[in-house]
Amino acid sequence: MSLTLENVSKTVDGEAWISDVDLTLEPGSFNVLLGRTLAGKTTLMRLMAGLEKPTRGRILMNGVDVTGVSVRDRNLSMVYQQFINYPAHTVYDNIASPLRLARMSKKVIDERVRETAKMLHLESMLNRYPLELSGGQQQRTAMARALVKDADLILFDEPLVNLDYKLREEFREELRELFKTKNCIAVYATTEPNEALALGGNTAVLHEGRLLQYGRTPEVYHQPKDILTAEMFSEPPINVVPGLVTESEVTFDETVHFKLNADLQSLTPGRYQFGVRASHIGLVPHADDDLELPMNVDLAEISGSETFLHVRSDKLELVLHLSGVHEYDVDEQIKVYFPTHKIYAFDMDGSAVHVPTRMGGV
Amino acid sequence: MAEITLSSLAHTYATNPASPEDYAIRKMDHVWHQGGAYALLGPSGCGKSTMLNIISGLLQPSEGDVIFDSRIVNDLSPEERNIAQVFQFPVIYDTMTVFENLAFPLRNIKTPEHKIAPRVHEVADILELTPVLKRKAKNLNADEKQKVSMGRGLVRDDVSAILFDEPLTVIDPQLKWKLRRKLKQIHEQFNITMIYVTHDQLEASTFAEKIAVMYEGKMVQFGSPRELFERPAHTFVGFFIGSPGMNFLDVTINNSGAQYGDIDIPISNHQHAIAKASESDNIKVGIRPEFVHVWDDRNEEAFEVQIKDMEDLGTYRIMSFYFGDSLMRARLHEDQRVPQKKAYVSFPEQWLTLYIDEYRVEAGNE
Repeated sequence: MSLTLENVSKTVDGEAWISDVDLTLEPGSFNVLLGRTLAGKTTLMRLMAGLEKPTRGRILMNGVDVTGVSVRDRNLSMVYQQFINYPAHTVYDNIASPLRLARMSKKVIDERVRETAKMLHLESMLNRYPLELSGGQQQRTAMARALVKDADLILFDEPLVNLDYKLREEFREELRELFKTKNCIAVYATTEPNEALALGGNTAVLHEGRLLQYGRTPEVYHQPKDILTAEMFSEPPINVVPGLVTESEVTFDETVHFKLNADLQSLTPGRYQFGVRASHIGLVPHADDDLELPMNVDLAEISGSETFLHVRSDKLELVLHLSGVHEYDVDEQIKVYFPTHKIYAFDMDGSAVHVPTRMGGV
Repeated sequence: MAEITLSSLAHTYATNPASPEDYAIRKMDHVWHQGGAYALLGPSGCGKSTMLNIISGLLQPSEGDVIFDSRIVNDLSPEERNIAQVFQFPVIYDTMTVFENLAFPLRNIKTPEHKIAPRVHEVADILELTPVLKRKAKNLNADEKQKVSMGRGLVRDDVSAILFDEPLTVIDPQLKWKLRRKLKQIHEQFNITMIYVTHDQLEASTFAEKIAVMYEGKMVQFGSPRELFERPAHTFVGFFIGSPGMNFLDVTINNSGAQYGDIDIPISNHQHAIAKASESDNIKVGIRPEFVHVWDDRNEEAFEVQIKDMEDLGTYRIMSFYFGDSLMRARLHEDQRVPQKKAYVSFPEQWLTLYIDEYRVEAGNE
């Protein structure tokens, strides 16, 4: 089954919540909706589900217009941030409930419940009640209920937000595996760029109700069409430095400049916004022509195995993304190495005019 | 200001504790030095909140002593211990102005009025609350309210310590790093002992000079963020710190080194000697995905392994592969050649850690 949104808009009290979204999701695809809070992710999912009607535009399933069809008559399931289960029913009965509604035979129900419980590591929990379970197990139960019926469309609305990061890691990997073999369309909303990358599949970047870009996840990440997409799909955010290209060189301000190299040669002279990924600035040079910049440390944010180093000079504010733990005091003076390759160039309207080629391909 | 010592401390919520599992905190000794920036890190149920409540005085330990400098404070309340606390959610008086809220802890201890205003202004300035000093607290947004809550914790300079309990939970994600920076600066400026409780490795490692990792009621490591990453003292620390966590292999010890199945894994002579002398059959080697060496080509040092999955995480990749029956992970940097199906990996001795009964054996060269 494919799902198509044709020119879909949703206006609430004169305010555009979703604007002109065109999107086709293929059968068996895993799709991430990436955007900040209030970007329109939940509204878009509710439109897909039939919980909301679009103000304009059409929604098609397998080419058939289902714009006015209510959620009851669509074969879909949803998983939410909150762990929603029937507290008075056992885990078994929770998972079985959609199948009982569909009046399946006891034997089929039992088979499917056990099979799904196994997939989600709930076999030993089937006789317990949801509130006796940990948060992770409660969400597993909700997911099992969503997966047990063969829905055409499964919608996940930030399902891991209320779990700690070790559980999130585990769930992401399982979801990747689980959906490799599923033939339904999965849609998964998140605010976290790194979660989108970890889930793979396709990513749709949403911002203020508009669809910025849709495509294979690594492709959208590595080849953003514009500066907004690049900013929304990077954590820490891509560094944006305004600069000037002349016949022979690139200047970021009066102090930082370098010779126009083969990468950037195609740029016509003028003003640009340059994008440099946080992981491409280093504490040691990666290439001979890296620029050495003296900076002040604002903060070293350490995640356990990685460091986001916020640095600043009179003219520039940059974030570095380093592997490993690097401890610095606030206001410590350091040197960082700014690449002259691997640079994205955006014109002053924000459209990408140069995307660096990537070793190993996209 | 105080040095806080936990002496033979243990705590149980059970009336008749029978086994170590009945203890929320297993018997331990620990010192929080004056002026340190500390974090107490662990998953839910590890005992970190119990520990915090015992330090603050909200809870009396069932065994052992809490000592501030040289004074046993077991029976003293948080006020008597002079502890300031900042909680997950803002604790402020809605009907008071921001100024009055910040002045409150000072007025409470009868600070002369002429000393109050300068101190309130100093704290407001640090937290960037000066523009809203005259506003009623109820008119502030969530971030500002939490900053006022922090300000109330910081305003007295005579406190023994400030305890933070997940203070950034309600803060907008885009603002979090600014407040983390603020907290670090404040610590450098005030030199007050701060203990920060969290389940989040980012919060802990960014704030603290030293982190106490709690697991099943035990403090399994007390070390700097770098030590937790490079030399996890317990398998739980290796697993919990880092994304993805450390790889582990169950090994046996033969006459020359460690052995996983029928594969020989080189370990240092020192590690080998200790493992050989141990009677435990719970021996593991651990290596972080960041330190697994992935070679471009076959060579004598490298093991040939089957790749299970290659995750593209933007500017690096995580390769999962089968080593014998175990699934392991390696981190590949962006410019590294991406192997297909098969890969050649090795485990540099320097980064290979040996664990006996889940605890780390020193490599001998440290």
